[in-house]
Amino acid sequence: MRISFIKTLTQLAKKDKNIILMTGDLGFSAFENFQQVCPRQYINAGVAEQNMTGVAAGLATEGKIPWVYSIIPFATMRNFEQIRNDICYQNLNVKIVGIGAGFSYGPYGHTHHGLEDIGIMRTLPNLVILCPGDPFEVVVATKAASKYNGPVYIRLGKAGEPSVYRKKPDFRIGKGIVVQKGTDVTIIATSTLLYRGLEVVRALKGNGMSARLISMHTLKPLDGSLVQRCARETKAIFTLEEHSIIGGLGSAVAEVIAEYGHPILFKRIGVPDRFTKVIGRLEFMHNANNLGINQIVRIILTAVRKL
Amino acid sequence: MTYSISTDELKKLAREVRKQILLMSYRAQSAHTGGALSCVELLTVLYFRIMHIDPKKPWAQDRDRLVFSKAHDAKALYAVLSERGFFDKKILEGYELDHGLLAGHSIRHSVPGIEISAGSLGHGLPMAAGMALAGKIDNKKWRVFAILSDGECDEGSVWEAALFAGHHKLDNLIVLVDKNGLQGYGKTKDVLNLEPFAAKWRAFGWQTREVNGHAEDGLSKILEKIPFQSGKPSVVIAHTIKGIGGVEKHVDQVSSQYKPPTKEEYIEALRALESL
Repeated sequence: MRISFIKTLTQLAKKDKNIILMTGDLGFSAFENFQQVCPRQYINAGVAEQNMTGVAAGLATEGKIPWVYSIIPFATMRNFEQIRNDICYQNLNVKIVGIGAGFSYGPYGHTHHGLEDIGIMRTLPNLVILCPGDPFEVVVATKAASKYNGPVYIRLGKAGEPSVYRKKPDFRIGKGIVVQKGTDVTIIATSTLLYRGLEVVRALKGNGMSARLISMHTLKPLDGSLVQRCARETKAIFTLEEHSIIGGLGSAVAEVIAEYGHPILFKRIGVPDRFTKVIGRLEFMHNANNLGINQIVRIILTAVRKL
Repeated sequence: MTYSISTDELKKLAREVRKQILLMSYRAQSAHTGGALSCVELLTVLYFRIMHIDPKKPWAQDRDRLVFSKAHDAKALYAVLSERGFFDKKILEGYELDHGLLAGHSIRHSVPGIEISAGSLGHGLPMAAGMALAGKIDNKKWRVFAILSDGECDEGSVWEAALFAGHHKLDNLIVLVDKNGLQGYGKTKDVLNLEPFAAKWRAFGWQTREVNGHAEDGLSKILEKIPFQSGKPSVVIAHTIKGIGGVEKHVDQVSSQYKPPTKEEYIEALRALESL
């Protein structure tokens, strides 16, 4: 995802000299080309994310379009108040890019896990939150964020995420994408677990179940009408995310369903509300958090059996 | 050097501004009066002598910008902006009151002349550095002034920004620290000692000057010479007295941060100002 992002941003920056890439001292073996192609549009602000975010706001008041980049906890939490006051409160055209969604940095430990970002960022007025689910969605999300005049948070995985699509999907901010049609149940997935959603849909098919897969790439504004349609058209909705079970996609969808009033089986699948006691690579961390394919399939089948 | 406005006139203006501050404070029974009073001369000198601004074109591209980071004291800025003609004095009547335009902590574009939303300490200098950097990128002549409080310099983000501005040689950035020596709940030297203060800024790549923050001519003289050194941001450490020109018992006291004047105190303070 990182490479798709930086390639796209480089193209955009070549055409728009106001675009400025700011990094909190990260980007080794990813940003070198950008630095070379657009040297005057690149700032390594050092390991000082609060200042970087405030500087970005100041640049934006003067018509620059800063893209602020760091690992998710340092791009959204260390500097949360700067994002709130300096960027969102003033509704400035700053893009915040967080890398390392969920357990992308699994072995590093909880400090580097990106698990609460959507929850906190979703509370901020004026902010658009994009969580692309594969390299194609990263390209179109980056372009959409660039076209949008206002604050955007883009949540990225890291590297090597498989493609869900064969070509660039039709991407509109605030409009979920139906990746797979299905009639029995709906799986709404986001960010790094979109591909997992596809795997689960295939596995469910083997169990005789027709599952619909939605890519909810925009967490804010959420595509509530799509959620409502799925509630009407299928028997159950499951949300799937590599984020804390509190505050993320599951919570956002639950809010829509609860207020919609249409009876539907609903279950959130995400990371339990705890600091991880184990560390390990991505697949290991998924399994440790019940996010493996078979684990998710079991959760869904068990829930549906109760219907 | 002859100024467009005489020192006597400036002093008269400062008195007028202090009256407005006290009136706003009395009317809204608001806190944060001491720090508003301590930075009056910093603002009058900037807006009447130093900054290139045109109240008729408050958002002119080539204007000098002011980031008022110690925004809890915004009523001082409001009073000076209205004196300078940025907006009608009547607007001051709504300060911190229902439906008023003027918040306790200033909001970007709420009235002409307010460049940024601020209020959380330590946010102004990074934003000012960002503005100054934009000016540098585009080879602009305009400058960015930022007014900070000394207590605010407890915030780590101030020093992140100081490091950044020094590193990027932002000599179009000028900080004025309203060093009144008091913060929320004590003297700065007792709460979290900032000394050696000027040496800290120098160590971060800034050029420093120290001045009596209530002496218009001394301030003017220093501010005419910015940048103090080409390729370095400038900081003016202005020694001030919190609550000066306000209710006597709160002058240089922590209470000036919190206590609005009673009716009697307000009348007495006005009388004292008029007899100056």
